[in-house]
Amino acid sequence: MLVLLAVHAAAALLAPVLVRSLGRSAFLGLALVPAAGFAYVLTRLPVVLDGGEVTDGFTWIPALGVDVAVRLDALSAVLSLLVTGVGALVVLYCARYFTPSSGGLPRFAGVLLAFAGAMLALVWADDVVVLYVSWELTTIFSFLLVGQDAHKRASRAAAMQALTITAAGGLTMLVGLVVLAEAAGTYRLSGIVAVGPSLGGAAVTAGVICVLVGALSKSALIPFHFWLPSAMAAPTPVSAFLHAAAMVKAGVYLVLRLAPGFADDPGWRPVVAIAAGATMLLGGIVAARQTDLKLLLAHGTVSQLGFMILLAGAGTRDAALAAIGLVVAHALFKSALFLSVGVIDRCAGTRDLRELSGLGRRAPALAIAATLAAASMAGIPPLLGFVTKEGAFEAFLHRAYGPFAEVLLAVVVLGSVLTVAYSARFVLGAFTDVFTTDARTEWIRPGALFLGAPVLLGLASLVAGPAIPGIAPLLTRYADTLAASYPTPLELKLWPGLTVAFGLSVLAIVLGLVLAWPRVAARAAAVRPLHAVRSEVTWRALVHAVENGALRVTAQTQRGSLAVVLCTILGVLVAGPGVVLIASGALGEVRVDRVADSPAQVVAAVLAVASTVAAARAKRRLAAVLLVGGLGYAVAVIFALAGAPDVALTQALVETMTLVVVVLVLRRLPADITEHHSPRRRLARLLIAAPIGVLVALLGATALGARTAEPVSQAFPSQAYGFGAGQNVVNVTLVDIRAWDTIGELSVLLAAATGVASLVFLDRRTGTPPGGTRRRRRAPVGPGPVAGSGWLRGPTLERLARQLRPGPRVTERTLLLEVVTRLVFPTIMVLSIYFLFAGHNAPGGGFAGGLLAGLALVVRYVAGGRYELGEAAPVEAGTLLGTGLLLAGLSGAAGLLFGGEVLQTWVLEGEVPVLGHVKFVSSLIFDVGVYLIVVGLVLDVLRSLGAELDRLGDTPGPSNAPTRQPVGAEKEARA
Amino acid sequence: MSSSFLLLALIAILYTCGVYLLLDRSLTRVLLGVLVLGNATNLLVISAGGPFGAAALVGRAPESAMSDALVQALVLTAIVITLGVAAFLLSIIHRTWSLDREDDLTVDTEDRSVRRRLARDEQIDEDEFDTTGCEQTSDTDDEHTDRASRADAAGAQA
Repeated sequence: MLVLLAVHAAAALLAPVLVRSLGRSAFLGLALVPAAGFAYVLTRLPVVLDGGEVTDGFTWIPALGVDVAVRLDALSAVLSLLVTGVGALVVLYCARYFTPSSGGLPRFAGVLLAFAGAMLALVWADDVVVLYVSWELTTIFSFLLVGQDAHKRASRAAAMQALTITAAGGLTMLVGLVVLAEAAGTYRLSGIVAVGPSLGGAAVTAGVICVLVGALSKSALIPFHFWLPSAMAAPTPVSAFLHAAAMVKAGVYLVLRLAPGFADDPGWRPVVAIAAGATMLLGGIVAARQTDLKLLLAHGTVSQLGFMILLAGAGTRDAALAAIGLVVAHALFKSALFLSVGVIDRCAGTRDLRELSGLGRRAPALAIAATLAAASMAGIPPLLGFVTKEGAFEAFLHRAYGPFAEVLLAVVVLGSVLTVAYSARFVLGAFTDVFTTDARTEWIRPGALFLGAPVLLGLASLVAGPAIPGIAPLLTRYADTLAASYPTPLELKLWPGLTVAFGLSVLAIVLGLVLAWPRVAARAAAVRPLHAVRSEVTWRALVHAVENGALRVTAQTQRGSLAVVLCTILGVLVAGPGVVLIASGALGEVRVDRVADSPAQVVAAVLAVASTVAAARAKRRLAAVLLVGGLGYAVAVIFALAGAPDVALTQALVETMTLVVVVLVLRRLPADITEHHSPRRRLARLLIAAPIGVLVALLGATALGARTAEPVSQAFPSQAYGFGAGQNVVNVTLVDIRAWDTIGELSVLLAAATGVASLVFLDRRTGTPPGGTRRRRRAPVGPGPVAGSGWLRGPTLERLARQLRPGPRVTERTLLLEVVTRLVFPTIMVLSIYFLFAGHNAPGGGFAGGLLAGLALVVRYVAGGRYELGEAAPVEAGTLLGTGLLLAGLSGAAGLLFGGEVLQTWVLEGEVPVLGHVKFVSSLIFDVGVYLIVVGLVLDVLRSLGAELDRLGDTPGPSNAPTRQPVGAEKEARA
Repeated sequence: MSSSFLLLALIAILYTCGVYLLLDRSLTRVLLGVLVLGNATNLLVISAGGPFGAAALVGRAPESAMSDALVQALVLTAIVITLGVAAFLLSIIHRTWSLDREDDLTVDTEDRSVRRRLARDEQIDEDEFDTTGCEQTSDTDDEHTDRASRADAAGAQA
């Protein structure tokens, strides 16, 4: 059984490919998949008929007692035969329903097959979690299928509505299922039902009601009924399959499945009877008024679903027998009718019964098939619908629902009158001239394959009636699991004899035909008793209220000022942890046993404080930036004194880099920072800030004092050498012990670099190397720069460019800087590579190495300008970033290849000629990834905030607003 | 475990100055505030690692005398990320400057528009939830309607 489900899944994945290469005819082959399911269930029928069951499955989540378990008993067999049989025919039908030019067909095919598989899993599931998962899968696939015409607003809205309602119902059902499963002590559906009658109490009743809510929402019963007619925006095969044969039956199935266990629960029968009875009547009334054939069928389906659940929920043997019979009959006739409407829609171009005329003569086969199906729906002998409706009347005469049997019988008879009425309206409207004034509808003859499915299903309704003795044993097998409510058990028979039930049937048919007569129908349509009660209005009001509430909350909390938001956050910090800190008396634990660790630390700290306070007061932009840089260097000294050489090295490098980058941008801004705040406001800010500072320091000290456990890093040194094969514990921590963290942090860097580039380069992802090879080739004159040494020729080019196109800004360059650059650039690069390789055993590593290489680029850029940067690093920053992350990821995955875990380090060691003993540690590759990403980040920042800003500044034109015309400016620059 | 007074005082002062700068309206000062807060936090994390010792290099010092390597690794990446964040803030400053000729934090227009919409009782895309209209939607009222394609369909079946 699981194999079949897997086949469905595989077919769903394969379907798009097939449809793309073979066109719509691929559906012919795809139909084999549900057909195989049909055949499989047929072969297992003998077992099921003997009262046995077929099971399959494996353990899924042992800790929760959740297994992937499927089970085929009589009820599942009936439902799965319907799902696979109708499914196969619908897939066949799709091969002709869609025009070859229909859009989105590959995706549609895949989703349809996936839906068929999910539906099969739903009716087979024997584990409530599997049941829920497949339940929601059908919801999601239904969403995709209903929204097939995504360009139509109605489609999108209908799909959204169906998804919201059925998914909400599904979640409610999950709660109920878990409650029931916990009460029963098992997650097996069969087990829960088996112990169901012995369970009781408020929790079980609540669980039952929650499950019923799920079933009712899926089967479109009041108050959830409105999603089904809306979902008619779906293509017709979808309506035939999902909204007639399969998905909406899931609710009926669940009620049938649980009825043996829980029908006697006090919450069960009232909910079922009221919702289902009301739905049957309302659906019938609305259906009998429709002029759109498809909507007529949709409302009719709502009515019939009410009928089915009313019977299914009775919890008596006879009602259950009638219910499951009706499920079969309904699946046959309703899918036949939907498919017929699809043919009419395609071939006549309309499905409005006021525009259709004469189809009975021109499409006799279709007319006969559809009329048979409609007659079955109306319950006319000798069709299957008649047999099951007789059974339903009998079931109520057999006191289903005990004292309420008479009332509900009246409801059912009235519902049947309406059913006859809309069935007749369907036939008259579609195939005769009764409702129309048009002389002749245009008609394109449908092909045999197109007609095949509806005709086959229509004939099935005819054949199944007389064949009821053959079908009945399977149905009875399920019904016998329920207690009988009447001495003589009900039998489904073609000719029941002149009983009360037969009299009611005749009455319903006669009254229904009268009601269907156009003049009566027209008068009845004028009366709209339920016009005011429209659930979709409530639905929209609900959606509106949620939206409005969200707006209100947003408007209240998001005031649009960053300072307000920050003050709120900081206020919470003080009011929450701060108050707790003082109240808990934890401050008493803080022990400060020394003033400082070393005299040098005092010096560094004083420098740090001095530069920070000065920076906070500085008016000049550049001064403030330099002062904060001073703080950074002071902190680097503190790190170095604290036994953290790697951190100190990185801090110093980053501080240098930050200084350069900040200056790159701020040189475009005015020299002074605009002062917006009055002295009083500044004092207020200080009063907010000071408690935060004190609080954070106290929190840190308390945390340190409260430490009781051994630090996790205690074992890092031995692990670093043992597993990571490195002596530098910090580096091994980065590339091995906590490499997952590093991967996350690398991703942050990548995102930041991308963000920078996209804020500066408005029309591209990133800057191509400025003044690359292309530009060099184009250089019109001057053999000097092109044939030069390859070192620092950028400047010459730039000078050349300035001669050709004088810009407003002239970059002054110093000879000294150029000479120094020539000297230090190779040195820095070598040192950065050394850091990279030595980092595993000595201070350094990918971060420090990458930053150093980045600084080398900064030097080239500062000395030679943007063209020089292009010469120094003729690659895209994005390439570096991507390669880096790829390397880091691959080296992580390589751990798996060598039989270890992800990111596990492996060591290659051996004697190499010339080099001697060589030890290669795989985490070096990871570190190279880190290196590349850091270089990529620096390059991206330099390209964006350095070179691109230069270019914008150099570009002739209105220099006061350069980025307003970035595209035009760039074209000019290229010209 | 205990901590040194000097570091605690330094962290307190840095946090105070950082928050003070962060609350300014000038984006440059906000950036400086972020940088100061970044340094302060790194100090806090390093000092949370316990007493300082020798560099965490195996073989050069006894393991018990080493500083905590974990906090160092955390701070090391945090430093580099601060660089990325600073660059990102700088590009925001650049954008703000080139669009408005100022480097100020202005009131968030998006938040303002939410309040405006509320005042006018508007909804976000209300029509998306209107399914009443789709009852009139036929399968054939889209691009497949035209007779040509239907003829095409019927012809293909024949």
